[in-house]
Amino acid sequence: MTNHWIDLRNADVVLVMGANPASNHPISMKWIMKAQEKGGKLVVVDPRFTQTAAKADFYTRLRSGTDIAFLGGMIKYIIENDLYFHDYVINYTNASFLVNPDFKLPADLEGVFSGYDEKKRKYDKATWSFQMEANGTPKRDLSLKDPNCVFQLMKRQYSRYTLEQVVQITGTTKEDLIEVYKTVGSTGKPNRVATVCYAMGWTQHTVGVQNIRAFSMIQLLLGNMGMAGGGINALRGEANVQGSTDYGLLFHILPGYNPAPTAALTDLKAYNEKNTPKTKEPSSVNWWGNRPKYITSYLKAIYGDKATKANDFGYAWLPKVDEGANYSWLNMFDKMFKGKFEGFFAWGQNPACSGANSNKTRQALSKLKWMVNVNLYDNETGSFWRGPGMNPKDIQTEVFLLPCASSIEKEGSISNSGRLAQWRYKAIEPVGESLPDGEIINELYYKVKDLYEKQGGAYPDPIVNLAWAGHKGEAGKLGHIDMHDVAKEINGYYLADVFDKKTNKQVGKKGDLCTNFVTLQDDGTTSSGCWIYSGSYTLKDGKEVNMMARRGKEDPTGLGLYSTWAWTWPVNRRIIYNRASVDPNGNPWDPNRALIQWDPVKLDPKTNKPGVWVGDIPDGPAPPMALAEGKKPFIMKPDGVGSIFGPGLADGPFPEHYEPLECPLTENPMFKKHRINPTTKMFFGKEGDLKEDEFATCDIRFPYVCATYRITEHWQTGLMTRHVPWLLEAQPQMFVELSKELAKEKGIKNGEKVNVSSARGTLWAIAIVTDRWKPFQIMGRTVHQVGIPWHFGWQFPVDGSGGDSANILTPTVGDPNTMIPESKAFMVNIERG
Amino acid sequence: MTTKALLITPELCIGCRGCQIACKSWNQLSAEKTKNHGGYENPPDLTPNNFNKIRFMEVPSEKNPTRWLFVSQRCMHCKDAGCMKICSSPGALTRSETGAVVTNHEKCVGCHLCVAGCPFNVPRYNRKTNKLAKCTQCADRVPNGLTPLCAKTCPTGAIAFGDRDELLAKAQQKGYAKVYGEMDLGGLGTLFAFKDAPKIYGYADKPAINEFVIFWHKFLKPASWLGIGGMTALMGLHYLAVGPKKETQDKEEPTCLCGEKITESTEEREANHETKQ
Repeated sequence: MTNHWIDLRNADVVLVMGANPASNHPISMKWIMKAQEKGGKLVVVDPRFTQTAAKADFYTRLRSGTDIAFLGGMIKYIIENDLYFHDYVINYTNASFLVNPDFKLPADLEGVFSGYDEKKRKYDKATWSFQMEANGTPKRDLSLKDPNCVFQLMKRQYSRYTLEQVVQITGTTKEDLIEVYKTVGSTGKPNRVATVCYAMGWTQHTVGVQNIRAFSMIQLLLGNMGMAGGGINALRGEANVQGSTDYGLLFHILPGYNPAPTAALTDLKAYNEKNTPKTKEPSSVNWWGNRPKYITSYLKAIYGDKATKANDFGYAWLPKVDEGANYSWLNMFDKMFKGKFEGFFAWGQNPACSGANSNKTRQALSKLKWMVNVNLYDNETGSFWRGPGMNPKDIQTEVFLLPCASSIEKEGSISNSGRLAQWRYKAIEPVGESLPDGEIINELYYKVKDLYEKQGGAYPDPIVNLAWAGHKGEAGKLGHIDMHDVAKEINGYYLADVFDKKTNKQVGKKGDLCTNFVTLQDDGTTSSGCWIYSGSYTLKDGKEVNMMARRGKEDPTGLGLYSTWAWTWPVNRRIIYNRASVDPNGNPWDPNRALIQWDPVKLDPKTNKPGVWVGDIPDGPAPPMALAEGKKPFIMKPDGVGSIFGPGLADGPFPEHYEPLECPLTENPMFKKHRINPTTKMFFGKEGDLKEDEFATCDIRFPYVCATYRITEHWQTGLMTRHVPWLLEAQPQMFVELSKELAKEKGIKNGEKVNVSSARGTLWAIAIVTDRWKPFQIMGRTVHQVGIPWHFGWQFPVDGSGGDSANILTPTVGDPNTMIPESKAFMVNIERG
Repeated sequence: MTTKALLITPELCIGCRGCQIACKSWNQLSAEKTKNHGGYENPPDLTPNNFNKIRFMEVPSEKNPTRWLFVSQRCMHCKDAGCMKICSSPGALTRSETGAVVTNHEKCVGCHLCVAGCPFNVPRYNRKTNKLAKCTQCADRVPNGLTPLCAKTCPTGAIAFGDRDELLAKAQQKGYAKVYGEMDLGGLGTLFAFKDAPKIYGYADKPAINEFVIFWHKFLKPASWLGIGGMTALMGLHYLAVGPKKETQDKEEPTCLCGEKITESTEEREANHETKQ
């Protein structure tokens, strides 16, 4: 989230698209309904009439996988009806930038942007660039009239998204489209703000990232980024998934969103050169220009005294990603299926149910020599060898179960969608032999380290040099970790007296906790395990204070910031990009929603000169952009402005509609030549590809669109909820929801058992025949869609009455940027059981 | 103490069922093995182990494919309580200081006349324990200054607990001119702010106590202590009101609290829908 949960109440329009908060984030509805109470409008766009839709002021539906068509039409509507926020667009976005004249839109090249390499299914992005002035800043046309400026290119790109065309693709009615466009478009005024809530309904597509980008462009056009009640808000699917990405859980990033080093970047200098953006724009903060400080402080945190300037702070010891390699989920299990792994730690996860194409995933597990399953208790993954279709005699995988403590059995921090890191306490001791995950890792670390120290090995340095001390148990006993030590290490320490490079004033004393990341250094004099969390455990009046444990309830602005409750990264800023909530002179666009304001008279306590920000913590202390030494608002972008033209993604600088891998159409109504995202990695189609990865599009055998989703009573693969009898009582069985029209066609009665199948597998489900699903009219014909929850698994309930995972049906295909699987649009058949 | 009440506003309910589970948790009610009958609603009915359930009802809508209502079903804590009137064992059902109708298992003799006496079809008889079971408005929390757990759990304010008069005033402020239960049966302790006719939400327009109950209350109960005569009358009435012993309570089709069938058949609903259009 750019904003936070409570902030939803400040919106005039809440668009819920690709999410169902009433079912899956019930507490958020408290804030959404508060917005409604004040006259705000809740608009829900979803293929299905959801529990959230039941509370909406306006609901409309679209076929799964057509969000870009829907939103592209919205962009066209906003531009044509002059609903955009002119001052904001001109000053705070790259709309006025002139693009390389060689850049071509899909309209010019039969469905692809310039630079496409069909063989590699990749773009050469050379033409996705700006024309430069002699001083190295982008050329601009503030009148937005130059045909090569971003604004005009965007206008041309979405001119194809006519209402008629969008209706054909999405199945939404024209009247409904106009109603949604009008409502969202009404917030292009300084005193009106819209927010968006999205979840896996936007991300789990082969165009997942572009779905989100499309709406980010709209938020920039309407001036809603940085505003209270605005922004782009991902409703994260797990209580601490924000924390896990912040701390580098994924393969492509280190903690704090620093890119994972690649094999070609052989030293720290090369790494920093490649990954530190540069700008010649004098009024841009370009915060990522500080990257070297963060990576160096990270290396100092993990390697301590062993990390020296002479040895590149131990950069060589970091694991390197092979050039161009992608170690995400689908690829990892593909490799496992092909026998490329010996062992696997399934830690806090249940891949046998959670991974797309479960049958393949379960088969992949059988190719392992060993698997360590770390979980609360046994699950479909640990017991895969005795699951459906498996013959235990043929499976050699040795499975170890390490029981871990649940969240209430340990202390630590948790980071929610709004970036709020909140400390929580241990309520009870871990049950039985279970241990907190950290202590399991700790034990594993000492064992591995001992082996390296005794036996040597190919490359012991990355392990034996780790600065991790004081957690080893006495001989024969397990070690214990103090989570406060870990939190402090994440915050970081001054390893020497640290002085400001410009003023030469001392900013840090050796041995103290760092104040925040502003004082981190690239010379090895500071450490920080995750720079964005620097400031979360710090010194106040000489005492170490865990900011995440704060429980203040003051709300002086009345905007629900509650800045003294726990702690938010970065530097406790509750709404990021808040410098975009004021005009270039620092006055709030909407005085009733003032987050920050520039006071030109008040003295800055640090410099004792007039001019200072008042209100929430601004995105940097520099004056607003119109003043001397002023800075532009989007501090993380090298140009200082929001990217309407976004060349960073794999699949294009503007979102374009492509069909899902499996869809009901023979071709993309936009372009005959490119039905699906041209940069999506294909697992099936060539000779020698696995039959397990088969897909079937526009195939008479699988005529219905299907999407997976969650229900309130169950969580993830259901491991934690299916074992709770009260929850199982409320939602006992796998079901499939379908329209009355389809039920009639297929002779299916409400409540009867049916079989749902895709090119990859079949499962049974109880039919829920309902008015909440309706057939779509797509390109002149009727298209039915059905939906299934994904929380069930064969292992529990033990009598098999629950059913199995929805992922038995989902395809092996992902978004080219993130590789998140496309579980929200694929094709199935449904038959009476 | 002032009379307390629960004010339930279905328009604010999102169907998360936090209250349904919280109720089971606080009262430590065991779960039952259920099946999906073609909908989200489960368990299918109130039982001795389910004092509060959310009904998921799809009713016709003019602007949307359907109108999806989430409505709580539970004890209404009537001031003029049919269950208390018909109860054969003094003290088994009592009125708390805050106005709730509270069960006392020690005094309950298991006659389950109250089941028939309730105009809302709420109390459930537990064969295993030979006791009746129902919501007590958290009679073990409220005197200790705690809110009933359903209200505490509700994220959207669809269930509010407080002084009855204040809740009524608040509902009126929010535009609910007539609150269901304000005057009915002497005033209910579970109030509903309905936007439309109560029937749409599965509630009778004018709830009333069964004639048998009145008959029992006026004529037979005063004589019940006379022993055998009373017992015979009790048994006779029990047969008339409750009927012969049934082996199964598992009903496929949930019925309305007012005794009518409310889940329309597909054809009926389509017909209704067409008429509306």
